[in-house]
Amino acid sequence: MNNETNNSALQDQELIEKFLKDTTLFLGPDPEIMRDHRIMPRTPEEEKAMEAFTDLNQIASIRDRLQSACEEGFEMVEQMGAAPGAKWGDIITGIYSASGDLTIGSAGGVLIFSALVHHPIKFIIKNWIDEKTVGVSAGDGFIHNDSRYGNVHNTDQSMILPVFHEGKLVCWVASTVHEGECGAIEPGGMPSMAETSFDEGLKMSPFKVVENYEIKRDLLTFLQNSVREPKLQYEDMKVKLFACMRLEKRIKEVLSTDGPEALTACLRYTNESVVTEVRRRISEWPDMTVRTQTIMDSTLRENALLKVNLAVIKKGDRLIFDFSGTSPELTNRAINTQLPGMKGMVGQAFMNHIWPDLPRGQAGLSPVEFVTQPGTLVDCSYSAPNSQSLMSIFHSFTVAQHACAKFLYSCPDKYTRVLAPWHNMINTFIWGGVNQHGETLGNLCADLNGMGGGARMDRDGEHALSPIFATMADIGEQEMNEEEVPFLQLVSKKMTANTQAPGKYRGGMGYTMIAATKDSEQWGFMTTTQGSKVPTIQGLFGGYAGGSYPLCKVQGVDVYEVLLENPQLFKHSIHEIMNEQPFPDARYTTHHMGMGFDISKRGELYMISQGSGGGYGDPLERDPLYVIMDIEEGLISPEWAKKLYKVEFNETTLVVDNEATEKLRAEYREQRKKQGVPYAEFVKTQVKDHPPENIPFYGAWNGDNEVIYAGSLDDKRDAQNPGPIYVTHPKDVRIAELEAKLAAARKDAGLPPENERK
Amino acid sequence: MKVLMTEYLRIDLDSENWECRVCDHVIGPARGNYKEGLLVYNRDPADIHPSIIDPEKYRFTFCPDREWVNIYEFYCPSCGTQVEVEYTFPNHMPLYDMEVDIDALKEQWSHREEILEPVKGPNILVDRCHTHKH
Repeated sequence: MNNETNNSALQDQELIEKFLKDTTLFLGPDPEIMRDHRIMPRTPEEEKAMEAFTDLNQIASIRDRLQSACEEGFEMVEQMGAAPGAKWGDIITGIYSASGDLTIGSAGGVLIFSALVHHPIKFIIKNWIDEKTVGVSAGDGFIHNDSRYGNVHNTDQSMILPVFHEGKLVCWVASTVHEGECGAIEPGGMPSMAETSFDEGLKMSPFKVVENYEIKRDLLTFLQNSVREPKLQYEDMKVKLFACMRLEKRIKEVLSTDGPEALTACLRYTNESVVTEVRRRISEWPDMTVRTQTIMDSTLRENALLKVNLAVIKKGDRLIFDFSGTSPELTNRAINTQLPGMKGMVGQAFMNHIWPDLPRGQAGLSPVEFVTQPGTLVDCSYSAPNSQSLMSIFHSFTVAQHACAKFLYSCPDKYTRVLAPWHNMINTFIWGGVNQHGETLGNLCADLNGMGGGARMDRDGEHALSPIFATMADIGEQEMNEEEVPFLQLVSKKMTANTQAPGKYRGGMGYTMIAATKDSEQWGFMTTTQGSKVPTIQGLFGGYAGGSYPLCKVQGVDVYEVLLENPQLFKHSIHEIMNEQPFPDARYTTHHMGMGFDISKRGELYMISQGSGGGYGDPLERDPLYVIMDIEEGLISPEWAKKLYKVEFNETTLVVDNEATEKLRAEYREQRKKQGVPYAEFVKTQVKDHPPENIPFYGAWNGDNEVIYAGSLDDKRDAQNPGPIYVTHPKDVRIAELEAKLAAARKDAGLPPENERK
Repeated sequence: MKVLMTEYLRIDLDSENWECRVCDHVIGPARGNYKEGLLVYNRDPADIHPSIIDPEKYRFTFCPDREWVNIYEFYCPSCGTQVEVEYTFPNHMPLYDMEVDIDALKEQWSHREEILEPVKGPNILVDRCHTHKH
């Protein structure tokens, strides 16, 4: 083949590619972008800049200024934002390289938000820069929320701005807020009732909504008409835009003092040096495979057992997270996650709890490798609903955190304490309806940020400290909330006794929330967590997980009338209200925590508790004085303290009898040796070669990751290609049960079957 | 040389064994699953996580459902220390949770000094033993 023929073939190929590009009918989610979490290859511009700027002091100085800019942007959004998520810290601001890699995120806030925005930025770079109907210019702003283009779920909205210097794109800035309302079939932005992606509300692929630093009013009006909180939609779009503009201003100050090449060198050097340092730190870990799992007990519509399975393989400077064996995706349930969501949450585990000293960017996760099977809970298809992806990503966080603790223990150099898994569910009220001022709202209580911290290798976990997805987030001021919402939290921030995860060091505990609607007849609540039947985390090194957490309701009462007429009847804990049933004629019920939107009546009680972080170490090693302190603080009853920790003390004076305690503990260690059986015998007598017969189970069994169960013993599938799984509507299940009962009753009564009467 | 692997386990690189850090009991080969050298007990969740609300009246009580979850406890057969706890699916095989590459561990620690007490990492000063009353 001669050169002329070669050139002709090349031209043909280019022509074909151009034709295909020009005639693409749909720019859907792009796997090339979505499946790659690594930082982009070094560009010629970055190469040149790094050759020109090698002064690490100058680079560090610029990085500090950029970090300060991110903090300033964070503060602006937190102070001005309208969404509860904005007010209480479920936000972030970040700076991205010209190629779209997140380099610096604000120290506070939800890192995973920023860590996923590189996907939509790369989509914009790939598709909109050269697109004549769109284009990217100074003063443009792009909005985005669709998880299929890189996001946790579509309740989080981002504003993305390109930053230009003398006509050339030098970097990007973005701000993300958990906005809450997004026009889904349930208010508040996280519908667990969604059975398809079309039930989840606004799905914004990245598009231009700002020109010349002004929000385009026509598009804004369309967006406002698509959600339940039109004013909030506008206000927070402005807030995010102004935060991005402030970031741009600070970057331009750097450009004016140091020039564009110095900025480029700083951004690239920061990311590359983090990758190098992460590989060095991985090398310090022992070479081994660590296996762990967590148990999902609910789809948020019905109880079921779903496995999140993880093997972490570390060899040299390679670290591989293998999620094989994890449950397949559920085609019509919202708990699936797109692959980037799972990766982002693993990244959050590293940047919050393992290496928090590293710059909060995308590079920290870049060297880590992932193995997943498409069509599973942690790597779902683009058509699967994922508005409750938090369920899958939170379990992904926990298995990552649990596994990494086992790598970290032996390391001579640590950057945080080894700790047991954090509580991992958003035990909070999502709410919506028409408030006391006649406005339509849909959002949530920031109590989701009050997750109990895991116990550490030398101290207890902190109570209600922070969510796993954010640092420096707040649980909110209820009195401030009550100005906007028509319900009161009658009990709030009171620790729920006897729910601690026991251990040598116990987990940080969660608190009780008792809410009742007061000033609206159009108001309701949702709860959207797992863990009412099975704990959602693990303990560490002999410590236990936290317990399970139900939803309790009291209906048929107006507690506000009770408070007026018989205030002595009201009790301030779930166990008193549920066990004593103080309100005559009221109905007292418990439920799993996947409550779909439920219209509430004035004065009826909804009661839940935040959860406890995991315990660390053998409870028999717990310092008896710590046990007494927990009794004094009302965290545990004396009876349970004795039972769990084998401590003898005077119940009146709480003085510990050390000698008796030692004796009790020694006896209990002997009891363990009697009740425990050798491993081989245990496996022979206790282990079964299949999942439970009468509980729907999803995932691999006993380590055979090639086959996964899809809800019943008869439904085994190829793990590489599990296919669709449709779960029957719970009401249809109930109707079928009742129809079967009715048919049996008719038969017993000698009546013909109902359908034969027609 | 011995390497501290968990709160209660270490590996003797010379004898290639897992050992109990509390009583020095030799648990088993370090190239294998340490759990095979421990005692196991299938704990009733109600022993650890109490029903805060009356199980006679209610379906969900804060106590995990024993039909839905097993809690495996692993004890040192010599001193009875609870080395590990595993929350798992009913009748599921215990996980082989730490499969160590002993040759790599030897190579790694050939460049390190032996550590007798675990390294805790950077400290944050929080006094748990405060005395004020609320």
